[in-house]
Amino acid sequence: MNAKYEAVIGLEVHSQIKTDTKVFCNCSTDFHSQPNTNICPVCTGQPGVLPVLNKKAVELLVRTGLALECRINKKSVFARKQYFYPDLPKNYQISQYDLPFAEHGKLNISVDGGVKTIGITRIHLEEDAGKLVHDIGMKKLDYSLADYNRTGIPLMEIVSEPDMRTPQDAAAYLTALKSLIEYLETSDCNMEEGKFRCDANVSIRPVGQKEFGTKAELKNMNTISGVEEALVYEIQRQIEVVENGGKIVQETRTWDPDEKVTKSMRSKENAHDYRYFPDPDLVPVILDDEFINGIKKNIPELPEIRKQRFISQYGLSEYDANVIISDKALADYYETALETASKQADNSGKQIANWITTELLGKLNSAKLTIKESPVKADNLGTLVALIIKGTISGKIAKMVFEDMFNDGKDPDTVIKEKGLVQISDEGAIVAICKEAVAESPKIVEEYKAGKERAIGAIVGLVMKKSKGKANPQMVNKILTDLLKQ
Amino acid sequence: MKISKKDVDYVAALARLEFEQKEEEKLTEQLASILGYVDKIKEVDTSKIEPTSHGFLGENVWREDTVVKSSEQTIESIFKNAPAKDGMFFKVEKVMDIED
Amino acid sequence: MNEIIKMTATELAEKIKTKQLKSAEVVQAFIQRAKETDSKIKAYMEITEEYAMAQAKSSDEKIASGKETGALEGVPIAIKDNILIKNLRMTASSKILENYIAPYDATVIEKLKSSGAVFVGKTNLDEFAMGSSTENSAFFTTRNPWDTDRIPGGSSGGSASAVGAMTAPLALGTDTGGSIRQPASCCGIVGVKPTYGRVSRFGAVAFASSLDQIGPMSKTVEDSALLLNVIAGYDKKDSTSINKDVPDYVKNINKDLKGLKIGLPKEYFIDGLDADVKKSIDEAIKVYKNLGCEIVEISLPHTDYAIAVYYIICCSEASANLARYDGVRYGFRAQCDNLLDEYKKSRGQGFGPEVKRRIMLGTYALSAGYYDAYYGKAQKVRTLIKQDFEKAYEKVDIIMTPSAPTPAFKIGEKSADPLQMYLSDIFTISCNLAGVAGMSVPCGFSKDGIPVGMQLLSKHFDEETMFNAAYKYQQATDFHKQFPRI
Repeated sequence: MNAKYEAVIGLEVHSQIKTDTKVFCNCSTDFHSQPNTNICPVCTGQPGVLPVLNKKAVELLVRTGLALECRINKKSVFARKQYFYPDLPKNYQISQYDLPFAEHGKLNISVDGGVKTIGITRIHLEEDAGKLVHDIGMKKLDYSLADYNRTGIPLMEIVSEPDMRTPQDAAAYLTALKSLIEYLETSDCNMEEGKFRCDANVSIRPVGQKEFGTKAELKNMNTISGVEEALVYEIQRQIEVVENGGKIVQETRTWDPDEKVTKSMRSKENAHDYRYFPDPDLVPVILDDEFINGIKKNIPELPEIRKQRFISQYGLSEYDANVIISDKALADYYETALETASKQADNSGKQIANWITTELLGKLNSAKLTIKESPVKADNLGTLVALIIKGTISGKIAKMVFEDMFNDGKDPDTVIKEKGLVQISDEGAIVAICKEAVAESPKIVEEYKAGKERAIGAIVGLVMKKSKGKANPQMVNKILTDLLKQ
Repeated sequence: MKISKKDVDYVAALARLEFEQKEEEKLTEQLASILGYVDKIKEVDTSKIEPTSHGFLGENVWREDTVVKSSEQTIESIFKNAPAKDGMFFKVEKVMDIED
Repeated sequence: MNEIIKMTATELAEKIKTKQLKSAEVVQAFIQRAKETDSKIKAYMEITEEYAMAQAKSSDEKIASGKETGALEGVPIAIKDNILIKNLRMTASSKILENYIAPYDATVIEKLKSSGAVFVGKTNLDEFAMGSSTENSAFFTTRNPWDTDRIPGGSSGGSASAVGAMTAPLALGTDTGGSIRQPASCCGIVGVKPTYGRVSRFGAVAFASSLDQIGPMSKTVEDSALLLNVIAGYDKKDSTSINKDVPDYVKNINKDLKGLKIGLPKEYFIDGLDADVKKSIDEAIKVYKNLGCEIVEISLPHTDYAIAVYYIICCSEASANLARYDGVRYGFRAQCDNLLDEYKKSRGQGFGPEVKRRIMLGTYALSAGYYDAYYGKAQKVRTLIKQDFEKAYEKVDIIMTPSAPTPAFKIGEKSADPLQMYLSDIFTISCNLAGVAGMSVPCGFSKDGIPVGMQLLSKHFDEETMFNAAYKYQQATDFHKQFPRI
């Protein structure tokens, strides 16, 4: 980026709150239903209907607010945001204006090896709009179709302070926020399903200037990398405009992921006069300390704390800990595997982490599976590692067993039994094989006795071959060494 | 109190209302008259007064997160009133990224 | 004249329950009367004969088989056409809803169905309940049964006329600024606006959410009390409905009034009050003195601002409530080739001039920069108006005023200047702003034989005192026993 300018970035995230019903009526929030089947007179804005607040939506939003270190307002009020659009049945959205549920929080993000604190201005509760369909398959329609299943699903709008300075900051913020919310289980954050959406406000200013420049609002970035790409483009665009003597227009721009540019959206003259006023169909929500403490108690262990615990309790490296806590499901998998292993052997923490990061994740990625879909269940991985620690199989054999476990979903004991892979640790048996191997390798024995210590490796290899890889490698080494001393 | 044509046009656009010219002229006069009348509330000293939103109001009115499915008949009734539909969708004139 | 149509609902309920009369014959009698008179009176949008006779049949069968019956079993009632009855047309007297079929029952309708009441028809109103004369109906103007050249009042003019003309013993109306009480006064019947939150608004087309209430209309006080027993009560579908037990409003209606303190607000008894109205009210005061009541002069100092406050608040709320009528999901849609025109023309052509005027006013008041001066300020003055009442009720038990400044005026007399029409609401409006309960009771006739009404206002949730005072008054007078000659 141009060294003369710095960017100022703020992000608005809309995250669908994970409730079973919509925020103001009892319709289901199920994503996979047929169009216009999760509707009722209330969410389709029929004459005479009235909204009734979903308590769970408030609880989950407050949980999120507390985790983001926000102040939870004692009194919260709903407001009508008025504009006309076919996906908005009442032609106003019930949202919040003056008194949102949560304000003045923060989120720490890791960028460039350091930690940055991004302020959270507010979190408020609002209802989602419906979906408009403009084309069917490849065919563009000359009319639009409205589906109101999504209308009324609760959203938390999380507004950050304009504390970000680079597209990388933005990506890190979104990743951290998404991870946190997934940990809290207050939203699914599935970006493909539109449950976690992001708009960006970005402006530039000469380095050292205190005032903000004119900002542009960016929409339609459907992935975190899309946000980063769009910001890179837009910052450059704004710099070019200014360098060429132009002025930045305050406008909404849409990101085109195919052409990789931002485009001005056709804006109406009367844009943004939303005529907010408190919704007279709803009453204020008064949250006392008892309520808030009740929510606080139920907050699950947050990623940063879990990571520290993995490092101190299980001896993981910072890197491994980071990888494992990055996805709550993966962290849960790890602890389940560890629990199983601990019942059978000690000190399995690091090894399990290792198996996950070096073996499991790679295979899952290639097969395009998530950790939840892993054919190797957590307890089975735990058992496998315990078997290595106990010496029942060698690390090398374990890799073969793991192959089978992954491909067939079998548990380790079954695979080992079927393939007769139990490690040979019987001293007598190993001595016998070693004696055989020594007898068959006179030349190597000579070399070894002449001082070439590494030559023993070839005899070890022969022993392993004879034992079909099942001989305990440490024992083989020791016994061979002893034999060759004689 | 005076209200300009520009004001009236602005408000009409916000409210998505169309008026014929004569209608609009008459309306402008009437609005000016009414606004002139309601302006009298400016006389009242409300510097230490909190607003009242309702004659009587509760607080914390909310409900459990339990799904209640609309009957097929209700959904049918909702669709019956649709001026235009297409299969399972409501049909509307093409939306052209009109931002408001 | 058929004797049945002169009976009160209380009498009819009793006679039907004890099998002295069949619901079918009762309903037939009223429908017959409606058919005979309605070409002159035009109270009904629709006489729902088939629907009613089916309900009547069902009531009769229930009674014949000894099954448990409701408080209004088999008794006819007319319903203002801004209240939804499932599968019946609901127009709000507007072209924009001319062919709308209700997809659900309003809560009051569900309660009435449980009580066994029979719906004989949907009555005419000022379009979207906006008006004081029923002249704003998009379809036709209802006539006053006492003089068909005069207005029946509004907005519940159809319901008032229907009861006044004896085509139904009971009716439901809605009251936002006097729309039950003023037409009741014009047509010589009883009309009640309950305390805000006493009756559910779910299923009544919203006009001004913080002011609207559904209420009973009838010839006698006892009938309205009986009807309120049925429709009042907490509704979880209406977040503004208040969770308070419903007393039996009929039970203590005959209590002795001795010592009751009646307040007369001096701001309502100004010089220039219509002579007929003054005379009737003075007579009524005498009646109350004879009943042992104490008359106290009180002051409601902010009365002069009530109309201004009301119109700002109701138009602002209405402008948002009526945004949903856009021809997209239901209602009139103008055929256009683009969405913007579709909105503007559907609404421009579908709404009548008064509705459009109020939407414009409300939109203006809420638009950018004006909130504090209008809606915000009006809500503060509303506090002062409410406090006026609270202070008054420290001195008196009930407040008495004329219901309207004049008896019913002639059709067309005030329709040229909307502001003049608004100013005629002066006596009823403060009640809605403060949320207290109010009712109109017939208290005399003008020289031209047109009814005059007196208004009683009780404090929040004290309808019992109001009914008691009104009932004893009716026992001492016979205005409610007069019938118009049609």
